[in-house]
Amino acid sequence: MLTLECPYCGVMADETELSPGYEAHLKRFGPGSTDEQFEAYMFARKNPKGVHFERWRHAYGCGKWFLAARDTATLEVFGTYAAQSSAPPQALQDKIKAKRPDWKGF
Amino acid sequence: MSTRLAKGGRLIDRSAAVEFTFNGRRLKGFKGDTLAASLLANDQMLMGRSFKYHRARGAVASGAEEPNALINLGRGAFMEPNQRATTTETFEGMEAQSQNHWPSLDFDVGVVNNALARFLPGGFYYKTFIHPRAAWKHVFEPVIRKAAGLGKAPTEMDGDRYEQAYAFCDVLVAGGGIAGLQAALAAASGGARVMVLEQTPFWGGRAPVDGDVIDGMPADTWVKTTVEALEKMPNVMMRTRCMVAGVYDHGYVLAEDRIADHTPGDGRPKKRLWRIRATRIVAATGALERPLSFAGNDIPGVMLASAVRDYVTNWAVSPGDRTVVVTNNDDAYRTAIALKEAGLVVPVIVDARTQANGPLPTKARAMGIRVETGKAIAKVKGGKRVTGVSLCMQAGEGAALEDISCDVVAMSGGWSPVVHLWSHCGGKLNWDATHAMFRPDATRPPISHDGQAMVYPAGAANGALKAADALADAAAQGAAAAGAAPFTAASAEPREEAALEPVWVMPQGAGYKLKSKMWLDYQNDVKVSDVQLAAREGYESVEHTKRYTTLGMATDQGKLSNINGLAILAGALNRDIPNVGTTTFRPPYTPVTLGALAGEARGEIFQPLRRSPIHAWHEANGAYFEPVGLWRRPYCFTRGGENHAQSVEREILNTRNGVGLLDASTLGKLIVKGPDAGRFLDMLYTNVMSTLGIGKCRYGLMCNENGFLSDDGVVVRLSDDTWLCHTTTGGAERIHAHMEDWLQCEWWDWQVYVANVTEEYAQIAVAGPKSRALLEKLGGMDVSAETLPFMSFADGTLGGLPVRAYRISFSGELSYELAVPASYGLELWEKLVEAGRDLGVMPYGTEAMHIMRAEKGFIMIGDETDGTVIPQDLNLGWAISKKKADYLGKRGQERSFLASPDRWKLAGFETLDGSVIPDGAYIIAPGSNANGQGNTQGRVTSTYYSPTLKKGIAMGLIKGGMGRAGDVVEFTKIGGAPVKAKVVDPVFYDKEGANQNG
Repeated sequence: MLTLECPYCGVMADETELSPGYEAHLKRFGPGSTDEQFEAYMFARKNPKGVHFERWRHAYGCGKWFLAARDTATLEVFGTYAAQSSAPPQALQDKIKAKRPDWKGF
Repeated sequence: MSTRLAKGGRLIDRSAAVEFTFNGRRLKGFKGDTLAASLLANDQMLMGRSFKYHRARGAVASGAEEPNALINLGRGAFMEPNQRATTTETFEGMEAQSQNHWPSLDFDVGVVNNALARFLPGGFYYKTFIHPRAAWKHVFEPVIRKAAGLGKAPTEMDGDRYEQAYAFCDVLVAGGGIAGLQAALAAASGGARVMVLEQTPFWGGRAPVDGDVIDGMPADTWVKTTVEALEKMPNVMMRTRCMVAGVYDHGYVLAEDRIADHTPGDGRPKKRLWRIRATRIVAATGALERPLSFAGNDIPGVMLASAVRDYVTNWAVSPGDRTVVVTNNDDAYRTAIALKEAGLVVPVIVDARTQANGPLPTKARAMGIRVETGKAIAKVKGGKRVTGVSLCMQAGEGAALEDISCDVVAMSGGWSPVVHLWSHCGGKLNWDATHAMFRPDATRPPISHDGQAMVYPAGAANGALKAADALADAAAQGAAAAGAAPFTAASAEPREEAALEPVWVMPQGAGYKLKSKMWLDYQNDVKVSDVQLAAREGYESVEHTKRYTTLGMATDQGKLSNINGLAILAGALNRDIPNVGTTTFRPPYTPVTLGALAGEARGEIFQPLRRSPIHAWHEANGAYFEPVGLWRRPYCFTRGGENHAQSVEREILNTRNGVGLLDASTLGKLIVKGPDAGRFLDMLYTNVMSTLGIGKCRYGLMCNENGFLSDDGVVVRLSDDTWLCHTTTGGAERIHAHMEDWLQCEWWDWQVYVANVTEEYAQIAVAGPKSRALLEKLGGMDVSAETLPFMSFADGTLGGLPVRAYRISFSGELSYELAVPASYGLELWEKLVEAGRDLGVMPYGTEAMHIMRAEKGFIMIGDETDGTVIPQDLNLGWAISKKKADYLGKRGQERSFLASPDRWKLAGFETLDGSVIPDGAYIIAPGSNANGQGNTQGRVTSTYYSPTLKKGIAMGLIKGGMGRAGDVVEFTKIGGAPVKAKVVDPVFYDKEGANQNG
């Protein structure tokens, strides 16, 4: 059972306080998009073994959505940040790069 | 025979005798005994039967690893099967029974399997019962089920009480032996919050039994001093009888605390499940001795050497008068020495090694014990009890050299560190060839959220088997786990022991006949020959071999059998042991009672219940409740001798002809407010909500991005920037979360607030031709058709209460839904009941509501929808905006397959004979599919007897939808002929809407 730090409350939240929201930083494709774009948006997920960016909601806490960078194999959490971000903070990307030199970027 | 010794026993209180029964026989033990010790003290060596062959079984171990001595405790509501006699404390009045035998423990008919053992090899079930296919279900499975199973499940609800507790600590130390205590000292001295949990009732582990001397004191004294020191520290919490069951992600730990197992009926909970979040975990879980594989090693009286020593030293119990010790290492000599010192006879120590000249063998020889090196046990003699052994050369094939009579065989195949807690979250192991054991690889630990090691193995669990090494290792690991300064370890007198020699089969050249009597898994009856057979049949993976042979699948989870089994497999595959690897270690370490996992969450408080403000009235007035999510809603209100169907019929007819009341308080109510609220709702709903006039209501549909219908409800415009969205009863929280998701994660610059006010308001539907008359009787606001037309609302008062009245209808009748602050809900309901007495007002329940909406052709989320249905399938195209550039689900609905004319679409159905189509029935299509199953062309989604129309009505999805109107189709009916029905308009009642609009 994971613990993630809610970037809004600052508390280490137990997984039972959180609800998962799967992959982060998806770009929405609506009407006018091609079938390929829509398919990629709806269904194609990275599902990596390693560094993964994902959405979590502090559902039984402050109610805010946030994003987390986590290694899906070791469960190491590199950091969490506000959901209102179109890319992970540079400092977090640098930290991940330092720990996982093979990481290709989010 | 086994008996109680006249003196000694470090754990028992001879002044406190306890009486208990075993299979009805009254026996005596002492306080401090385990049940196994008490039974052995009463010469009860036979304690159970094995699973497959029903062979006689006695205790082989003295602790948690025991596979044989499984006992049924208590009776009735307090019965517990499969308790290990070696870890169960004997208490006054205890009722213990052996298991797995019929008619009696001494004479068991299932032992016939034993005679057939030759025909029941590993994988027997798989090979025998695969053909003919039908026989499995009807013949084999029922017979096997009857014969199989370990112990008996209780038939009554558990009469005991369990609780759960949460705890947090910096360092959790699992194990209260000398390593655990030393690690705790090292961690706590730096100020860390430390928990020390020990599974047995006493501190100190094996060191006191092994006679270690620490800091110049006997181990017992050092343990006592250290425990006292730790107990005085405010940052340390200590529990005995508390087993760490498992380590989970990010330092989550479950531990089972046996609070009142040994003091039943004293008012305390039987067990407490600790749910602990530990920053670091020190696994000071010790090591387990391995059996040796020689023929007849399962006969009662063959025990682990350490267990024999435990029984003598801890409980003053002699397992037998004459004990043959068989070993591949020096440690087992301690057992021989302890037995000799207790005045018992050790006819011989059989040592498989060619030389044994260390201090321990030297001491044993000096005590006059005969030592035979290079020798092995060819076989053990005896049936229900050991009567003797035949010796042979370890290097040979088992030709008997000499027979020696004895009643106990104490065996030692070396020690395996208990790496379970290290491995639960993925800690990796290395094979230590010198000590023939797997030990934690410090470079590949399980990782916590911070990327650092989560578990620190310490002492014997880390492969440091000798006291001095264990203490040094534990001090270092404890300090490291706490991030504390280095801590000076206690020093133990060094033990000099010669290296062991791995012995996996005894004698090494044994043939099939002997190997088929060498037990690996005592409980499941897996033998050396079974594992070798599996290897011959192509099972190369240790995980597959485990499942094929059931090796290690017994309740001890391979604690004794695992390493021996995989060494045999490695030998059979001509590979080395690390190449074969271990099976996966999974929690729990030993079985955890289901009651502890459930804790207090049973019966009434299994889950929270949501009750409407009017709930108490319903309860007092004959409501029959049904669960709707966590809500309890009245299904119907019964009167007199009615059955439920009669109540529902009465409620419907009364509403259709007079006036009915429905408690609709559970409907989801979400306030959406802000400058961008209209724009937001236009994205959420398929139709346009931004243009809704203030004071008006509009029915709306919500879809997910896939285009599938997810929720529906009436949206109300309260003011310029405020809307109220009604959701389904089960949908309020889900839709609220859905709105927050899109607002926070996609359109975070839009200025919108959402508040879930579901529980702030009570809502009552007043439905029926006399509903307006009823409201007028209450008096207050103008509820006339002119002032308050259909699909509008107004704020006002009724009967003196502040009311918001919506002209919306789910029944198809003239209907008002009245919302009041929740605290007025019951008062308004009672006023309506009182004022409506002359009008014949009656409450109606959810079933009447469901039927009336089906009569009217209204869809229900979850009935007509199942997550694969788009609004267009339900002929709801009118509620989808053609003008909007975008809404959630629009792009999804544009996919070609959703526009296919082959989709199943909504239609109504009327049976030709007026009967009701069965729930879940499919519409039959000609022909069959590739699997020989009949083809289908649709299915029923709502089907009822309509009291209004006095016949069966249904809605369903059918290929072609309303284009099939007039067709007669056939619905499946289990156990009967198909039901013929005509495709009709799904609106069965008041097609023009004159009633609801009036």
